[in-house]
Amino acid sequence: MSVSSLFVLIILGVVAAFYFSRTRSLNLARGLGGIKNLHSLPVYYGIQAALWCALPCILLLCVWTIFDDAIIRSMVVQYLPAEQQNLPKAEQALLLSSIENLANGVNLSNAGQFQDIADRINSLRSISNMALTVLLFCAIIATGAWGWFKVKPQYRARNGVERVFMLSLLGCSTLAIFTTVGIVFSVLFESIRFFNIVPVHEFVLGTQWSPQLSIREDQVGSSGAFGAVPLFTGTLLISTIAMIVAVPTGLMTAIYLSEYASSRVRLVVKPLLEILAGIPTVVYGFFAALTIAPMIKSGLHGLGFDLAFLGVSFGPLEVSGESALAAGLVMGVMIIPFVSSLSDDVINAVPQSLRDGAYGLGSTQSETMKNVIFPAALPGIVGAILLAVSRAIGETMIVVMAVGTAARLTFNPLESVTTVTVQMTTLLIGDHEFDSAKTLAAFALGLVLFIITLGLNFFALRIVKKYREQYD
Amino acid sequence: MNTNVMTETAGDIVAENKPVTADTIAEQNADAYETVGNAFCDQAKMSMRNVNVFYDEKQAIYDVNLDIGTNEVVAMIGPSGCGKSTFLRCLNRMNDTIDICRVEGQFYLEDQDINDKKMDVVPLRARVGMVFQKPNPFPKSIYDNVAYGPRIHGLADRRSDLDEIVENSLQKAGLWAEVKDRLHQPGTGLSGGQQQRLCIARTIAVSPEVILMDEPCSALDPIATAKIEELIDELSQNYTIAIVTHSMQQAARVSHRTAYFHLGKLIEVNETEKVFTNPDHELTEAYITGRFG
Repeated sequence: MSVSSLFVLIILGVVAAFYFSRTRSLNLARGLGGIKNLHSLPVYYGIQAALWCALPCILLLCVWTIFDDAIIRSMVVQYLPAEQQNLPKAEQALLLSSIENLANGVNLSNAGQFQDIADRINSLRSISNMALTVLLFCAIIATGAWGWFKVKPQYRARNGVERVFMLSLLGCSTLAIFTTVGIVFSVLFESIRFFNIVPVHEFVLGTQWSPQLSIREDQVGSSGAFGAVPLFTGTLLISTIAMIVAVPTGLMTAIYLSEYASSRVRLVVKPLLEILAGIPTVVYGFFAALTIAPMIKSGLHGLGFDLAFLGVSFGPLEVSGESALAAGLVMGVMIIPFVSSLSDDVINAVPQSLRDGAYGLGSTQSETMKNVIFPAALPGIVGAILLAVSRAIGETMIVVMAVGTAARLTFNPLESVTTVTVQMTTLLIGDHEFDSAKTLAAFALGLVLFIITLGLNFFALRIVKKYREQYD
Repeated sequence: MNTNVMTETAGDIVAENKPVTADTIAEQNADAYETVGNAFCDQAKMSMRNVNVFYDEKQAIYDVNLDIGTNEVVAMIGPSGCGKSTFLRCLNRMNDTIDICRVEGQFYLEDQDINDKKMDVVPLRARVGMVFQKPNPFPKSIYDNVAYGPRIHGLADRRSDLDEIVENSLQKAGLWAEVKDRLHQPGTGLSGGQQQRLCIARTIAVSPEVILMDEPCSALDPIATAKIEELIDELSQNYTIAIVTHSMQQAARVSHRTAYFHLGKLIEVNETEKVFTNPDHELTEAYITGRFG
């Protein structure tokens, strides 16, 4: 039987186990004079039996299907002719998979000579399938019956079910942790490989970034320099512009919405802000590249003054068509709802009693905001801002579209710069061998970025935690 | 201390000795009514006339008239939801902060109608301070808590003036001895009773004329409560106090006159002693003897 029909079989068995165990507990209860004489409600006996049936059978099915092929493969190796048995591991694996394809009825490579081995694989497969079907059938009956026999008035089915649910919740929560650990390690190991090629100090302190490696010895201008400083200053520049836009605007929005706005205004403005948060960053990228950047260029380009009698001259301004300013401004707008909705929550969490206290002393609305609510909410607001900063640092799309990839070490917002995330994407796009410094550099950048954002998040969470202790 | 100028004739409502049932309460609630006892006094600090308060369509207070005499402590008692807190919050326009609340009537603080839309609430709230049910010190230092009011109202020109105001207020609130060595520690670190006395000190610091107290002891233990009650007694020499309380013993201990509210109506106002020994109205009697509440 196929795996899917075996799965249906398990489901049927589980349903039967649930039904019969529940019925048995109901019958027991009737004999004792009511459900109250059982330790648990009948439904718990049913769930308990169903779980005892489902978990081992699904485990069996999974383990069998996972190891099935590997075992069959190791069994057929001995039937290969002597010269193929002595092949290197990789070539042998290639040969075996073409034989397996043959067994599946697909003859792509010329493995026709191994038809007998393919037949043997097929027969082994059908034996395995038969064995699995029989074994699973027995397992369903055995576990189901065991669950059914365990139904006794004093049996603590409820506690057992609770424990299984607790364990499954635990499993889900550890999944995220393991994923994080996995990501950290994969990035870490690749970075270590990179740092074996390029020294750490050259990467962290170097000011020249041109990751193109020469393919031929005599190629011009592709020496490969991995100084990451221009990328980090670029990221810093764009994030700073974004925060200069987002923090005041978002904060004022939050203050207006939570303290001043009537409920009608709030009802309209809040969903609109959330729409702003829902726009994909690619669309913001268009907006930055096609609207804002040309506006900045045409608005500021060539501006300047020359006050010769004072000896002061300024400009004319050189504005790049892909200025950091455009990307920063649009990124700031993108982050506004992030700052405003988090700050709004924090401001609303300040107890009404503090507002009453301030108003009761004769404070005006803005005095109350400035002197009482804002200081009380400040740690939470700082937490919100730090989360927004991590968002700005991680943003890629807007920068790719509006600023480009020129790694220039500058703090002039009218020039084009590039950011860490943009370089990571450009390094990994296209076909590159995975052991070159160019590809591995992306992992090193990722590691540094990860450490920075992790630090910021950690910092933010610490502040938010401290905030909880502020009043109450 | 109060001489009756406009004693209500209350006999016709009180005379019948019907047992108090839900029916009689509803019956009395349905129509116009008259407050029995002595709602007015000749040296009134605050006089409220024809007060009606609505939350949206629901009326919370019906046609209440009441005077609060200078340096008098008036207690407002009554079952939960009777409107006594709502009434108290009208006295310094705190109900302005509730969107759906609508207040009608005249509220005279001396000669000024404070319910006038042209009245600026900032100086009003400096003159009529408020202490809340739950101690609500700001998350600032003890010093800054007390100095907050004087700062926003510009009461102190020099640092030394401010220090003096803070010390005086804490002394009047009976907290100085306990906190003088830790004025710059957070006010939230004090015990519940100390926090409430800090809130009283904060209110006194702007030298109000009237202090409103909304169940100031309901979140406190008996010892802290006793201290606050003692304090109220001392404060009554210099301030006019209106206090809402759920504790009838507290009303009996601290107040000069007691107002009994019932379902938004001011049923009876009398000398405290009279209310608790020989009330004029059967509802008052039912409440203070614990038949409902």
